[in-house]
Parts: sequence; structure tokens; C-alpha cells
Amino acid sequence: MYKDDLATANVGSDMPDPWQGFNGGDWQTAVNVRDFIQKNYTPYEGDDSFLADPTERTQKLWEKVLELMQQENAKGGPLDFDTEVVSGITSHPAGYIDKDLEVIVGLQTEKPLKRAIMPNGGIRMVEASCQAYDRELSPQVSEIFTKYRKTHNQGVFDAYTPEILKCRKAGIITGLPDAYGRGRIIGDYRRIALYGVDRLIEDKQQQKADLNPDFFDEDVIRLREELSDQVRALQEMKEMAQSYGFDISRPAVTAREAIQWTYFAYLAAVKSQNGAAMSIGRISSFLDIYIKRDLESGALTESEAQEMMDDLVVKLRMVRFLRTPEYDQLFSGDPTWVTEVIGGMGEDGRTLVTKSSFRILNTLYNLGPAPEPNLTVLWSEQLPKSFKDFCSKVSIDTSSIQYESDDLMRPKFGDDYGIACCVSAMRIGKQMQFFGARCNLAKTMLYSINGGMDEKIGLQVGPKMDVMADEYLDFDKVWERFDHYMDWVANQYVKSLNVIHYMHDRYSYETALMALHDRDVYRTMACGIAGLSIVADSLAAIKYAKVKPVRNDEGFVVDYQIEGDFPKFGNNDDRVDQIAVDVVHRFMEHVRKNPTYRKSVPTQSILTITSNVVYGKKTGTTPDGRKAGEPFAPGANPMHGRDEKGALASLLSVSKLPYNDAEDGISYTMSLVPAGLGKDKTAQVTNLSAMLDGYFKAAGHHVNVNVLNKETLMDAMEHPEQYPQLTIRVSGYAVNFVKLTREQQMDVISRTFHARM
Amino acid sequence: MTQLIYPFKDAVSVDPLQVSGNVHSVDSFGTVDGPGTRYVVFLQGCLFRCKYCHNRDTWDLDGGQKKVAGDLVKEIVAYKPFMEASNGGVTVTGGEPLLQVPFVKALFTALKEENIHTCLDTNGYATKYNQELDELLAHTDLVLLDLKQVDDKRHKALTGVSNKRTLKFAQYVAEKGIPAWIRLVVVPGYTDDEKTARQMAKFIQPMSNVEKVELLPYHELGKHKWEAFGDRYPLAGVEPPSKETLLKLQAIFSEYHIKATF
Repeated sequence: MYKDDLATANVGSDMPDPWQGFNGGDWQTAVNVRDFIQKNYTPYEGDDSFLADPTERTQKLWEKVLELMQQENAKGGPLDFDTEVVSGITSHPAGYIDKDLEVIVGLQTEKPLKRAIMPNGGIRMVEASCQAYDRELSPQVSEIFTKYRKTHNQGVFDAYTPEILKCRKAGIITGLPDAYGRGRIIGDYRRIALYGVDRLIEDKQQQKADLNPDFFDEDVIRLREELSDQVRALQEMKEMAQSYGFDISRPAVTAREAIQWTYFAYLAAVKSQNGAAMSIGRISSFLDIYIKRDLESGALTESEAQEMMDDLVVKLRMVRFLRTPEYDQLFSGDPTWVTEVIGGMGEDGRTLVTKSSFRILNTLYNLGPAPEPNLTVLWSEQLPKSFKDFCSKVSIDTSSIQYESDDLMRPKFGDDYGIACCVSAMRIGKQMQFFGARCNLAKTMLYSINGGMDEKIGLQVGPKMDVMADEYLDFDKVWERFDHYMDWVANQYVKSLNVIHYMHDRYSYETALMALHDRDVYRTMACGIAGLSIVADSLAAIKYAKVKPVRNDEGFVVDYQIEGDFPKFGNNDDRVDQIAVDVVHRFMEHVRKNPTYRKSVPTQSILTITSNVVYGKKTGTTPDGRKAGEPFAPGANPMHGRDEKGALASLLSVSKLPYNDAEDGISYTMSLVPAGLGKDKTAQVTNLSAMLDGYFKAAGHHVNVNVLNKETLMDAMEHPEQYPQLTIRVSGYAVNFVKLTREQQMDVISRTFHARM
Repeated sequence: MTQLIYPFKDAVSVDPLQVSGNVHSVDSFGTVDGPGTRYVVFLQGCLFRCKYCHNRDTWDLDGGQKKVAGDLVKEIVAYKPFMEASNGGVTVTGGEPLLQVPFVKALFTALKEENIHTCLDTNGYATKYNQELDELLAHTDLVLLDLKQVDDKRHKALTGVSNKRTLKFAQYVAEKGIPAWIRLVVVPGYTDDEKTARQMAKFIQPMSNVEKVELLPYHELGKHKWEAFGDRYPLAGVEPPSKETLLKLQAIFSEYHIKATF
């Protein structure tokens, strides 16, 4: 009906119409941001020549923030944190960096980089953090969250079994979000800008009214309670915005308001949830519609548009959570995974690249490289060439972008999906996941050889079987037992995830984020695996070479002698690549056998973040020749130095891993030296674009691209103060290189740098 | 998961895909040996003894890995998407590919059937001008010819070998009209002087097949390979050429209307 009409919103006569000039559509009658985008955005196929440099104001503001960040770095922990007030959407008064300099406002607490406490996930995490940084937590807060208010963490441990605890202790299942916020949920923050809070509240109230069947079961009751909580969160968002002097009850009228409203919605999320990953979604091409409208009316200049984008990114770079030093070590610094996806193609064949896709990437020049926000380009063969080449250029200059295949994801997730964390696709506002960290498959394989005995801590963790007694390991036998232990660990794993997410919904429900979702969301149970290349190489060694187990006094296998050569993952050799494919498929099948909480659909990722170093520490010697304690390769990467045929061969090996069995993402990280990419900048850009085209055409899912010289990294290790913004991509996100532990820095450096001489 | 084992056959075999060659290594992502991104095959064996050689490990005629052309083609075809996206292809280098003409011919013939761009990176040391060589050249899209010195004495001093064969090969490729890039490794004290450039420019000026001269600044990155063989690195202490030197050489070539890049 409204299809070709111009839109209007009823906001009273004293206000300009926020929807003036927009094309109408279904989005007017129902909450449907995708429809609004499709009806109103303008694809951009040109180049980067229109982009504006940072204004003096931006530079001044960023200098102030950089100085604070340097102070924070020097402290080696939080700059400051709250010990009294439990964080929530309205817990803290308005905060500014420098009010007069800010175009977009809003901080998590009343002071820049001051962190807040969010004990709903677990009071112990908060207490441990306070202790680690030598501050005292308000006794009252401790008392409330110990005596009167149960936390997620306590709930989980009330329900865990002794067997799960053993798995956790041995590290065969690790990184479980049982003491901290699960994250990996993306609110549709754009809704606030497009509709204003009042309209969304109405919508939620209607949803609750409609949810009134004849019989109330647990699902109905829980959802009715959640909807009420969501309405309260929306009301609090209004209150928070009011404290900054803005009325977000109504839709945004200008581009500046659209950015501000969207950011307020995101701010509500990061004030109320210390989630492991807090993506922002897919906002740049949405915001482009508002920016374009203001540019055309003369209300805005390009420089001002860029200034707002820069300012938004400054804010996103400042998101902080209070976490323990151990947590930060595991994840290399302070990742928040403010992931924003850029580009991609629409289902109708038009590109979703807009001028604002360029503007947000341009922040990497205007403010310098940085790990956050986690800028993720959705690559399609059909992307405009000028955009492809611009991305390649930004990668070469900043090493701050990751790429994911839109052509692989669009058929499954449509054209309005975002990426939670690193590689997990989900329809924005319609889908969420139950984050499940990962299972250590290399260790699982060792259990199959040692009959369930943990090789590191000497504890019978898995079901007991005889230690394999063969003089040389037999492939078929090992595979059969490995399959058996995969089945067992998948069961323990899903059980623990069911417990975790039941309790998380109960004690630490993400009201602000879920308020920006549809009523009925599609949920996935996002499992994950670590150590894939070790398992594939080990099984290939057993199959194609001869592997002789070496036993200790108690008869357990602790080492392996390998006689002969064997194919290794990363060389585009089907003999071993197919083993990796089979392992991914088999494990997924085992996971699928288990019933899941809230009927979530099981998926898995092949992703380690930087915890590949810690997994290595916790895992004994493996039959591929890797010694006990040595790091794993990150994500789906081949093992360090084993890919002998150059960069594309390893890309092709990784691209064979089946996305259908790893729908939560397959992460690959590559580091190239600039000279290895081509003789001059033009050739480097062309060759990188071609590499990405070829990889994604071969059905690759994700790649992190670093273009760096080894020498730069070595120098940064010695003189960190000279490289405050040196950014390097690791398994699905980026980090400040100088914030890595020395061990992690060495791991990055020793990892294959693809450069042939 | 079955392993296919191909019987190794000698070059006389009837089936061209069964011709075997001696391969040192491969690189799936070559970006400096020809246009676009290239699958680079390094062959084993070379008779030149260039003082600056950065692939010292490819000299010996024995060693390397025996591979049949058909297997290599199968491996290479997987990289077609990358080649298409970058207008790249395959480069055979070494070592010296002209020491294994039957193998390279078989490889290039099969690659052309797959519509893959072929590039021969050679020092021009062809010993026999026969049908086999002609067939190889007929399936070669681009020749990268390493012309180290036109002055034979200085050539010998630098490489241990006369340049007669190289010059003859250059002429031959020119007569056939196969596109070629001449590559000059600029080594201070050996090939960075005006005379070197002028002699070379005069030599190639009449050749209409030459698209450009690539000036490759000498670098020390191959040094560790000499040390690994227990050899003394003959150019120890020689610094890479300055940008001014490269600009000077470029200007000389342009006097002869030859495009030179670096």
C-alpha cells in the first residue's frame, strides 16, 4: 500500500517530520529496518576521492583520548573503575571527554575510560578484579550479590556435574561463559533512530498482549516476563538520553541525531552487559541514508559527516569492561568486539556499499589504526571494484580489517545480518546465539589414545578405556576411538552449555539488547572446536607415516616418534585436507545428537581467538610432532611453518572446510609482508583484491589480513612506546600488538609470514 | 581416502602428461615474476653460477623432487580463480627451465589447454634449437629473459658462463615475436654502469617483442642459502644500488625508447 508513497511519522506539528523525504514501505507499519534500508539507501560505486580529512576538532578530541589510553596502557590495567555503583542503563550521570569538543556524546560511566561493575554475571569475577587491581569492592555490593541476589555464575555451578567440572579443569572444554557475560547478541540499535523509543515500547506491549494462549507453559511465562523487562529497559534508555539532553522517545530527525540515537542504544547495551563480544551490527549504510538526506538539503558538509563518523568511532574505541588480568591475558588485552559489518550485496543484486562504508573505513586514516571497532568487510565477487581496491589499500596501510564471504552467508542469513564477535553471522534483530566457546579436539584425540586419562594433569576425565597398546598407531583404530571420545565430549559440552544459558537467561538476561529484537528470535547453540590442524596433521601422520607411541612408567603415552613424511594441512593436499573436513563434519554430527536449551539450533565455529597459546600450554605432545605446551595454530590455520607452498595453498586448504558444518564461522589469519604482495602499491592492492576474490570464490569463509614486516613487530616488542596504535589481526579480531603478552607476541611473530625470496 | 600413486616415467614417454621434471619447490602466491599473481614452479638445476644468485639451492642438477607434468597441472588448476582475478598465471623459473625443455613443454601445452597464462623465466641457456623448443615457445605467452651483461667478458666474470647462448636465444624469441620482458639485475660494480645499460639498450632496441626492461635491484636476501651450503658469499659487502642509480639507468633506456621499470 505505502510502497511508493513518501513516508511521514506522526510526531506532532512543532517538530520537523523525521521521515520527510524517505520512501515509504512496510517499515512504516511494522518494525522493519531492513525494509527501510532497501527502500531508501543509495548504492555507491565510485572511489574514495570524496573522503574528508579529520577536522581540527577531531584531532584535538582524539589526542585527549589517546593520552588517556596511554595512561591506561602504562598502568597495565583499568585507568579507574567503580567499586560502589552496580552498572545499569541509568546508573551513572552523563559523562564526557570534553563536552565542547564532542559531536556525539555518551560514556559508560561519568568519566572517560572509567569502568563499571556488572555483577549479574558473577560477583566473584568482580571481586577478583577488585583484588587484582588493589581496590576494595563496596561490602554492600558483595553482600547483595552473595546473600540476596543470585548470580549467573552461582546458578551454573549449582547445576554442573562433577564430570563437567573435570572437563573444565582439564581444559578439554574451555572458555565457557560461566563466570562472565556470554555476549554475542546484537541489538538492532538502528531501531531507536528510525522509530524512537515510544514506538518500540508500544510494539513490545502489543507483543506481550498477543502472547496469551489458553495454556501457559514455561516458555510463555518466561517470554512474558522478558517482554516486561524489555519495556523497562526501553524506558531507561529514554532516561539515560535525557541526562545528556536528548529526547529519544521520538525518531531521529537529522543525521547527527540518527548517529546519536543509534549510539545511545548501543551504550545502553554496554552499560548493562559485560558481554564477551558486543557487536554493533550493520549501521554504516543505514546511517548513510540520513547523512545523504542532510548533505542534499545543505544541512551538512562532507567534512561534518566524516566528523560525526570519526566521533562515533572514537566512542566505540573507548568501550571498556572490568575483567580479571587472567581474562585479559587469554584474550590479549581488552577486546570488546564492537564488530561492524560493511558492504556486501543486497538480495536484489544492488551493492550495499554506500559512501558511509567508505567513511567508516576512513576513520582508520583519520584516527589511525585500532583494533576496535572490529571492522568487517562482507566480500562478494559482485562488490564494486573501487570498493574492493579501497579495502585492500586500507588493509595494506592499517592491518585493521577482516573479510568474510557475503556470497556464502547471504543465502543463509539474507542481506541484513551482522557478525557477532569475529565470525558468527546472525540476522540483526531476529537471531541470537548461545555462545559456547570451544572444545579442545587435540586433547580429545589424546584421550582416545590414553583411554580418557588427561595427559597433563593425570586425571581420569573421560570414560576409561585401555591405553592403546600397538607398537605403531593404526589409523582406523585411532579414528574409531577418537570418534567415540568426540561423541562423549560433545555430550558433556552441550550439557554444560544448556546449564550456562538456562542460568544466563535467568540471572543475567540481556534486557537492553533483547528489547531491540523481534519477539520470537531464532537461537543457535554456538559450539566451537580448537586444534583442528593438529588433529588433521596427527591423523595424517598416523596414516601416511609411521607413528610410534612412547609410554611413561605408568604406561600412558606421552610422546610420539614419527618415521617418514606425511602430508600436512595447509598445502592444498586432499589426503590431509579431507581428514580435516571429516573431523569437522563428525564432531558437528555428534553435537547435533544432543537436545539443546530453548530449542536452539546447534552450530560450531573453528575459532580460537588468541587462546591458541593457552590451549597449547594445557595440551600434551601430539602425534604430529608438536611438543607438549607448544601453541596451537589459531582458528582454522595450518600449523606454523608447515604450509610450504605459499599463501594461496593454505587458503585453499582452509576453504575446503565445510561451512554447512561450521556455520558459526571458520577463522583464518594470514600475515603477509608488503613486498610479498607485489612490487608497488598498485600491484599490492590489485593482488590482495585478487587473493580475496579467489579465496571467497573457492568458498572460503573468513580471513584476517595483516600486511606487516616482521622487523616492525620485533621493534615494537622492544620499543612498545613508539607503537601505541600498531594493530594486528588475530583469529577474528584485532589487538594492539603492544598489549599482547610477550609469549603471544612471539607466537604472532613465529607464525608463518608469507614472503618468498 | 585413497592415495593415487603415479608411476614415474622418463621424458620419452608417449603421454605428455607423464613427462617428469625435476622440481625444487613451488609457490602458490608469486607476485614479482610476471603479471598478476602467479603459481611459480622453481625447477632444480642451473649451469650459471651468478655471484648474486638468491636461489643457490636450485643449482645442483640432481636433487629436487620428480614430478610428472599431469600432477602439477592438476595442482595448478585449483588456483585458476586467483589467476583470473588478477590476470595472473603460471611462471616456470628455477634453476633454469631450459635445461628441462620436454617437461616445461608438456606443462605449458597442458596449461594452455586450460587457458592459463604461461611465463618462462629463463637465462636463455638453450642448447638445442629443435622442434621441442619451438613447441615450448609456441605455448609460452611471455618470456622473462635474464640478460645479465651484453659484454661477454663481464658476463663470464659475473656468471662463470659465456652469454653467447643467451644472446642467441634473445634473438630467436624476438624473431618469433613472443612478448618478452628483459630483466637486468642491477649489481653495484658489475651491472650498474652506463656502459652496461647502453650496450643492452642497443642490443634490444630493434626487438619489437620486448615490452619493457625490469631493473631488479640486487639484494642480499639469498645470502643465507650460500652459507647453508658452506659456500662463501661472493658479493659480501656489496650494498644494494641506490635509487639514483636506478633512475640513471632508466633514463638511459628511455633514450633508446625502451621502457624500464623498477
